[in-house]
Amino acid sequence: MDFQFDSEQNDLREAVRGLLDRAYGDAEARRQVTKTDPGFDEKTWGQLAEMGVLGLPFAEEDGGMGAGPIEVAIVAEQIGRVLAPEPFVEAVVLAGGLVAAVGTAEQRAELLAPLSEGSSVLAFAHAEPTTRWSASAAGVTASADGDSWTLTGVKEPVLNGARADVLVVSAVTDGGTALFVVDGDATGLTRTGYRTHDGGRAANVTFASTPARLLGEGTGDRAADIERAFALARIAYANEAVGAMETALRTTSEYLTQRKQFGVTLNKFQALTFRAADMYVSLELARSTALWASMVADAGGDVVSAADRARLQTSRAGRHIGKEAIQLHGGIGVTAEYKVGHYTSRLTAIDHVLGDGDFALDRLAATVGDHPTLDPLGEPYAPGAGVGAA
Amino acid sequence: MRLQLSPELEAFREEMRTFFTTQVPQEIRDTVAARRHVGKADYVRAQQTLNAAGLAVPHWPVEWGGRDWTPLQRHIWREEMQLACVPEPLAFNTSMIGPVLAQFGSQEQKERFLPKTANLDIWWCQGFSEPDAGSDLASLRTTAVRDGDDWIVNGQKTWTTLGQHADWIFCLCRTDPTAEKKQRGISLLLFPMDTPGVTLRPIELLDGGHEVNEVFFEDVRVPAENLVGEENTGWTMAKFLLGNERVGIARVGTTKYYLKLAKELARETTVGGRTLLDDPRMAGRIAETENELLALELTALRVVANSADGKPHPASSVLKLRGSELQQAATELLVDIAGPLSLASFADGGSEVPDWARVATPEYLNYRKVSIYGGSNEVQRTIIAGTILGL
Repeated sequence: MDFQFDSEQNDLREAVRGLLDRAYGDAEARRQVTKTDPGFDEKTWGQLAEMGVLGLPFAEEDGGMGAGPIEVAIVAEQIGRVLAPEPFVEAVVLAGGLVAAVGTAEQRAELLAPLSEGSSVLAFAHAEPTTRWSASAAGVTASADGDSWTLTGVKEPVLNGARADVLVVSAVTDGGTALFVVDGDATGLTRTGYRTHDGGRAANVTFASTPARLLGEGTGDRAADIERAFALARIAYANEAVGAMETALRTTSEYLTQRKQFGVTLNKFQALTFRAADMYVSLELARSTALWASMVADAGGDVVSAADRARLQTSRAGRHIGKEAIQLHGGIGVTAEYKVGHYTSRLTAIDHVLGDGDFALDRLAATVGDHPTLDPLGEPYAPGAGVGAA
Repeated sequence: MRLQLSPELEAFREEMRTFFTTQVPQEIRDTVAARRHVGKADYVRAQQTLNAAGLAVPHWPVEWGGRDWTPLQRHIWREEMQLACVPEPLAFNTSMIGPVLAQFGSQEQKERFLPKTANLDIWWCQGFSEPDAGSDLASLRTTAVRDGDDWIVNGQKTWTTLGQHADWIFCLCRTDPTAEKKQRGISLLLFPMDTPGVTLRPIELLDGGHEVNEVFFEDVRVPAENLVGEENTGWTMAKFLLGNERVGIARVGTTKYYLKLAKELARETTVGGRTLLDDPRMAGRIAETENELLALELTALRVVANSADGKPHPASSVLKLRGSELQQAATELLVDIAGPLSLASFADGGSEVPDWARVATPEYLNYRKVSIYGGSNEVQRTIIAGTILGL
């Protein structure tokens, strides 16, 4: 058991940190970038591609770097640290991850190589106005005519749905939920984009007999594949949230040592410093859980359960730290000019993309009687753990 | 990064688990599992069983019975011991005065005390807190005045845990009342509890138990050779000792056992046609506490896995704070599962209330102490704010 990054992983972290610091070390730069569509900086996206970040989790034969969940976690944390608006988790980990998991060799090469090179942005069109963090589709249906498919229905909110070059879409078939690929310029596709509260972009994506290609072989139910892709994305978001929480806390601590009221700096007030200490406790517990969940994914353990655990912990921590960061700043924390409130907004967004803390808790509570005790280093999280297994 | 333990550590964990579950007398482990107090004789028996196997003081220097284990091995040792409901080696001996003597004591003191301390042939108690010196320990007022070859001790200690069992006390005394900083005038003295002038008065706690005491000193004569280290350097040793006191204080294994118990008892308790474990609110509470415990355990693992260079990991301050809160949350869960039966705390014969429900509230009330001792949680917050956040 080892919680430390190796030297290559440290190099990756430093490289990504350097790139993102240059782009968004000044919070105002992020604010300007998120003011105009597509809500992120195409140049920075290209630089991430050049660094190999956008192909990180994909196999080399698919045009990727062949890295794993630990490297994804490292990048996600750096994204969170400066609130980089580039859709790494959304496009690479989630949409790209589904293609990697489900797509045929031909589809993987066709879709993942351009994604890795930065020339094609993918989005997963799955959320629907009437469903709530389900792994199944309900409101978009797929119709087959021979080998060709068309989709009809509405997906919303689809993160980066208007900008995406290619959409991965979940839709109802006779066999359950299947996955499809829809080109951004397909006929019968209407995309209405808008800003999200955290500076990102989402869209209403309406399909009207829109031509689509089936992703992967067969029309069997893909809910389990979606659940697994969600799990990996939840873990990546957990790490992104840790990065964001760390900056929110550091920013708050710095402010407390600078801002003066009643003739002294705010750090002279124990009512405030104790609350900052509690934020640190929340941060470190969340960090441990996010790292562990990444290690479970890396080890091939029960990633869905581990992701729920990371989701629950980072949800609670994100709300705690996000709210306290604003409160300890005072009024300036609610302004758009100052950076700390944007962290709260982003943490709130992360909390609602793939299920909030209560959602994760309900799932964990449903199985709480199945195990007498939890062993984070044993089954089902660390496959093959135990004496004699190695 | 690697999730699994190495094969060597897996084997080590198995070895610990096997020893604790087969070599420590079952009736003693049953008492701990039932959350009843272990008497002195059984406590000594349990520690001597561990000591005979080299498992009482693995963190001491090898010369005095230590095992030269890594922090991770020590973590596994402690966790497995707690999960198996083995009484932990007496903290006053093994975590406090033992390491202090090994570090600061004279050769004579080491030879005289360390083997007996490891084997619990001497039962030590801690003479630190006073009525006006709790979290602000350096304000202590018990004095030791030099008189020829002796020190004469006068004053009072309090919260002296299990002092009624103790053979000896390690006692912080003010030896230089004129020192510019109050921390600089303190010395550490050792003396037997049956020395003339030592009086012990029990303090009854909310749970009805006798766990702590007041200790009064009236012209207690202590030979000069019983001073540890140099005169007026007691504060250095106190800080060293309190640092050790916080090691292992997360008590993840104990809380894990309590949650296991909570699940079993909730499953056995039926309300309105379904078990309490099938009640979504109760299941959610247990699941959330279990997840918080997981986060704490992982933080403890991060700390022990990455503190091989001897420097404390910054996150270690989280362990005491959160560990105590989760111990308390677990005992609170058990009271709530007992529900109205929890009122029958002191039922004896003629009651149909099961023992686990009787013991629930006294233990819950007793466990309010864990966020107070070992540096209160407010002291921990002060440390985090000051030394980690720079506030």
